[in-house]
Amino acid sequence: MLPLKEKDKPLVQKLLSSGCCPRCVLRFCCINVQSLYKIPPQVQVPMLGETIENKSQSDADAEQEADEAPPPKRFKPEETELMREEESPVCPVCLGVLQEHCDQTLASKVAEAIKTENYEFDSLVLSVSLPAQLCVREHSCWLHVKTEVRAKSLVLGKDDVIQVKEAFKWNMQSLVSKTLGGAAVVSKSAFEVGVEFVHPDTDKDCHFLATTCSDCFKPTKNKEISFIFKLFLKCFLRHYPCPPPRHSSSCVSRDVQCLHTSVFIAGRYNKFCRSLPQTPWLINGERRMESSVEELIAGPILETFRATGFNFSSSGREDVDVRTLGNGRPFAMELINPHKPKFNRDQIKKIQQEINDSSDKIRVRDLQIVSREAMGRMKEGEEEKTKSYRALVWTEKPIEKEDISFLNDIKELTLDQKTPLRVLHRRALAVRPRVIHSMSSEYRDTHHFYLELKTQAGTYIKEFVHGDFGRTKPNMCQLLQTETDILELDVESVDVDWPPPIPE
Amino acid sequence: MDDDVTHVETETRAPSVIDRYYTRWYRTDLKGKPSEDHCILQHSNRICVVTLAETHPILQNGRTIKSINYQISDCCSRLKNKVSGKSKRGGQFLTDFAPLCRITCTDDTEYTIYSCIRGRLLEVNEDILKTPALLLEKPFTEGYIAVILPKLEESKSITENLLTRDEFEKVVAKRNIFPSQPS
Repeated sequence: MLPLKEKDKPLVQKLLSSGCCPRCVLRFCCINVQSLYKIPPQVQVPMLGETIENKSQSDADAEQEADEAPPPKRFKPEETELMREEESPVCPVCLGVLQEHCDQTLASKVAEAIKTENYEFDSLVLSVSLPAQLCVREHSCWLHVKTEVRAKSLVLGKDDVIQVKEAFKWNMQSLVSKTLGGAAVVSKSAFEVGVEFVHPDTDKDCHFLATTCSDCFKPTKNKEISFIFKLFLKCFLRHYPCPPPRHSSSCVSRDVQCLHTSVFIAGRYNKFCRSLPQTPWLINGERRMESSVEELIAGPILETFRATGFNFSSSGREDVDVRTLGNGRPFAMELINPHKPKFNRDQIKKIQQEINDSSDKIRVRDLQIVSREAMGRMKEGEEEKTKSYRALVWTEKPIEKEDISFLNDIKELTLDQKTPLRVLHRRALAVRPRVIHSMSSEYRDTHHFYLELKTQAGTYIKEFVHGDFGRTKPNMCQLLQTETDILELDVESVDVDWPPPIPE
Repeated sequence: MDDDVTHVETETRAPSVIDRYYTRWYRTDLKGKPSEDHCILQHSNRICVVTLAETHPILQNGRTIKSINYQISDCCSRLKNKVSGKSKRGGQFLTDFAPLCRITCTDDTEYTIYSCIRGRLLEVNEDILKTPALLLEKPFTEGYIAVILPKLEESKSITENLLTRDEFEKVVAKRNIFPSQPS
């Protein structure tokens, strides 16, 4: 027996006569008992019939003995022959979403998709996307029975009507869970399984919304129409039938889409090679240099996590011909849609070892899974922290040890650096003040010395040494009163204390 | 380049910054004026630096500079050039023979320096206004004249009217055999 009473009668009658399916009838009756929606529709129909007929319990039992379900009162006798499961007409409100699509077939389709794509997960959230015209039909149906709902109870309003999505999930969540052998299907999870319904035949139903009453609608970012209820009421009935018209076909479900939220992995990398770019170097689609830092790091990680893609970022960058020594440079990678997202510390250490074994051009340390917010910590390092370098400097004039010892005493030297010509094609022209905190020189021979520097983030070292046509001032040429050039550069340290070190 | 081994040249000089990253192009006898040769240094990223060629009269016979003027007409001063943003909007667009500046020497000879290529003017060298000697002492580095950004699609074609270093040397060699005017 359904918890429907005498005052529900006119409401149920009106809904059934416009062709509503049993579950939509329950929804507009504001029934929020989840288990009632799980009853198969062909059983629900006679239950509803009872309500209208207002039969006693014993009479209802007698009737249920018959093969055919007794028709609701309003339907003509001929039509009742057609009220069998396979031939029940498409509900004009949910367009079949709560009829044929709310059952084991769909649950099996969902389970199959998850198994095929081979995801590992603790829980999943089921999301459903409905065609926009369903909310037009819903509203039309609401207007149709507004009076009857209020007659049922004065406290009820449109918000008490159960949403199609809600009823759908009440049924599908437990079905999917059972089909997957007891998986946790919850309301919030990192793993989302999406079902999308479309009904192309009636897509035009909601077009009138945009054209006739554009004031009622404000387009949102993803071009869906945001529905402003009050203004809309006036226009609606002029343009859309009430109750919603029937249709011969029901919605179709598209392929199930599985998506696991991104996992973030961070660490520090060393670069020992002077011919390795950080990102793939392509000109007109042609690779100019073999491999790259990000590809060497991403390879083993993508494979282990079974992710479909990645976004690599680091706390600053070095040139192709510059090595990164010391503790290395912090980096973080977003792994997109990882099919296997969970790993413990030991497993991560194994991945790190795999990367280090795969190439002697780079080395990774402190590899760890981090949160999305952690990416921000790394970028703040790029702007604010200091870096240390070691450069091999050539001088045109011959030098002695004494000639370069004064460099050790220079502290907090402010440079004005115009955008270097070598990056000017892709950066704005500006003058950037940058500070060299300290320097120390190590004599090598009459035309060479090593220069160690500790500088503010964003300082162009090469341009400080050779002057960049005098566009960086002061520069080493001016300090030493001779033409100077930089032959080699190494990054000795990137002074960012993130990510936290992982003991080896 | 080997990663661990340091290459150190003590006798012969290693390639300079310009050798490593720029290609030298030349335009000779600008506007028919003998030996008024310009050198365009084109970076591998297509940015061009305009400088005097070593054969330019300004750099001969111990001349000194009286003044440098970026005001090339009543309504146009290269000093007023302002670019903003990554796409360098607002920069004055130059054609091959757009004048960049006029240089007057102490012996009253006057010379106009031209763009030599099509493109957007990014900056002119203001240091040589303060220290004209830079132009004489370091004409190919600190004494540069201007920086120009050619259009992306024109970055190859702009050099069609220019000479390579080899071609330039041949032109200069011919001059020495058939001198036309004293420079």
